[in-house]
Amino acid sequence: MSKEQTPLWEVFVRARRGLSHTHVGSLHAPDAELALRNARDLYTRRQEGVSIWVVPASAITASSPDEKDAFFDPAADKVYRHPTFYEVPDGVAHL
Amino acid sequence: MSAPFDFTLALGDDALIAAQRLGEWTSRAPEMEEDVALANIALDQLGAARLLLTYAGELEGAGRDEDALAYLRGDREFRNCLLVELPNGDFAVTMAKLFFLAAYQLPLYSALAGCGDERLAAIGAKARKESAYHLDHASLWVRRLGDGTEESHRRMQAAVDQVWPYVHELFTAAPGAPVDPATLRADFDAHVSAVLAEATLTRPADGWAPGGGRDGVHNEHLSYLLAEMQVLHRAHPGAKW
Amino acid sequence: MYGNDFAPPEEGPGGGLLGEVEAAEAALREAAARARRGGPAPDEDLEAYFADVIDADQKIEPRDWMPEAYRKTLIRQIAQHAHSEIIGMQPEGNWISRAPSLKRKAILLAKVQDEAGHGLYLYAAAETLGVSRDELVELLIEGRQKYSSIFNYPTLTWADVGAIGWLVDGAAIVNQVPLCRCSYGPYARAMIRVCKEESFHQRQGYEILHTLAHGTPEQKAMAQDAVDRWWYPSLAMFGPPDGDSTHSAQSMAWKIKRFSNDELRQRFVDMCVQQAEILGLTIPDPGLRWNEERQAYDYTQPDYDELTRVIKGDGPCNRQRMAHRRGAHEEGAWVREAAAAHAAKRAEKNKEKVAA
Repeated sequence: MSKEQTPLWEVFVRARRGLSHTHVGSLHAPDAELALRNARDLYTRRQEGVSIWVVPASAITASSPDEKDAFFDPAADKVYRHPTFYEVPDGVAHL
Repeated sequence: MSAPFDFTLALGDDALIAAQRLGEWTSRAPEMEEDVALANIALDQLGAARLLLTYAGELEGAGRDEDALAYLRGDREFRNCLLVELPNGDFAVTMAKLFFLAAYQLPLYSALAGCGDERLAAIGAKARKESAYHLDHASLWVRRLGDGTEESHRRMQAAVDQVWPYVHELFTAAPGAPVDPATLRADFDAHVSAVLAEATLTRPADGWAPGGGRDGVHNEHLSYLLAEMQVLHRAHPGAKW
Repeated sequence: MYGNDFAPPEEGPGGGLLGEVEAAEAALREAAARARRGGPAPDEDLEAYFADVIDADQKIEPRDWMPEAYRKTLIRQIAQHAHSEIIGMQPEGNWISRAPSLKRKAILLAKVQDEAGHGLYLYAAAETLGVSRDELVELLIEGRQKYSSIFNYPTLTWADVGAIGWLVDGAAIVNQVPLCRCSYGPYARAMIRVCKEESFHQRQGYEILHTLAHGTPEQKAMAQDAVDRWWYPSLAMFGPPDGDSTHSAQSMAWKIKRFSNDELRQRFVDMCVQQAEILGLTIPDPGLRWNEERQAYDYTQPDYDELTRVIKGDGPCNRQRMAHRRGAHEEGAWVREAAAAHAAKRAEKNKEKVAA
């Protein structure tokens, strides 16, 4: 199996007319078309939406709670921060 | 399947057996998101089956409800097409089956939505939206698998080749039926050809065209499927669930 | 659904259930509306800042600083919870093909589908902590992360589907509802969504048992047999007794956990007694009786040695469940690869178009 990660997409749903799209979660999909389809199945199974956006998580740039400070992980400039750097050493149980 | 009862029963059996097969994928899909999607499609098929079988029971007028029709008939009394009872195979075979089934059900339900029978028209109007989604989903995967890796192309082409002979039965003429399936073939061919071409797949030549499902003459597979589906219900005659 | 019967115990709370979920959601909005503190001042002590946010019942969000141990605890807990949802599809999925009516089949299919959805919400919440879903799935498949032990028991009859809904989902809800108030925002939000969607799961299970218990003698016997087999494993879902619970104090301080294992187990027993009476089924515990002084039921504890054995992998279905999940994952590899290859080809074509 390829080790490459399937891209992560952030999902925004407009619950009803008159409301703005709201972030509801994320999912994995190889491309936008499948991401949209998966979002429909996953986040609107109970007719919770009238419109869906899917956005590649890697395309989101976010501000920090405190822009000046270095204590926010300096590498993380994505809103939902799903990096893959968290290596789990072999032999670690129940991480 | 020209009489309203036979026609409705055949459509209901198609949907029920398709749902039963799709349900077998639960917790086995290639990706967790796809597990959710396949369950959605299975639920749509099951929902349509329940409406159709309930109505078939009413048309028959012998007091059989959806469960009596689903659980208490033997395989020789089922009227589904052979395509839906074929085993799931790998994901490519399942997608080929769904692709052809949806490409048939979409124009079928669309036509049904405009037919003279109000009940069937209402069922058609509901089911055609679902079929459009099924067709979209299956087309999407046929394209991805066909034009993906070498292995997926090989598997998808093999699946199309394996399932193709079974599509012809779907369009057997039934003049006088609420919708004559023969009139749907052009729509089917147009969509299927376009998607197969995009998917870099070859449309198989027409030849062997097995049939008999509409007359209750099935593959060997159906009896096993029904044995499993009906076992509990039949073990407790008359019980409520 | 989710219990607390993993390896080292952790989570759980519960109560007026759906009402509590609504209340937790309202509290979440209120916390958000209160004068928010921004990030810490440049010279502020980070530990103090974190403690401050927790004390104020504000939510910790993904980009906030957090102690490494808090992050690790959450990753483990959320991942175990997600794995439980995914593995939990199997015992009930076992009866989809044989459901005794089309209505029951549809309900069960929808329920098992929900579990897949809940697993996905939870993996997404875990990913906000800096771990990828692929890594978590690997950890599950390699047996390095656990799932709820309850799913290592077999579903032998249709009544087991009812017993799982009533007892297992019931225990899970008691465990999960307090998690809606967890200090970590993405987990709390995922749990609110999960709990709302799950409200029907327990009821459908109860309804199945009620129908069976009021059906033929064979059906009633089937229902009682299922309750006999699922009662103690359900009690074990709350984890070891408080005295043996290792992570509890720290998790309580962090407001990840809000009630102890024994408090939650007691709450569950107290809920079930009357429900069993209405079913007309017997809870298989000769020691079960009302304690006027404690205003709660005395009950027999589950066999915690058995729980330990099942956690270690020697339950009736551990190997089967893992083999099933591993098989699905491995057999799906070629499909995932094909989708990735297709996406790459399309991206390449789009680039060429732009270049041209």
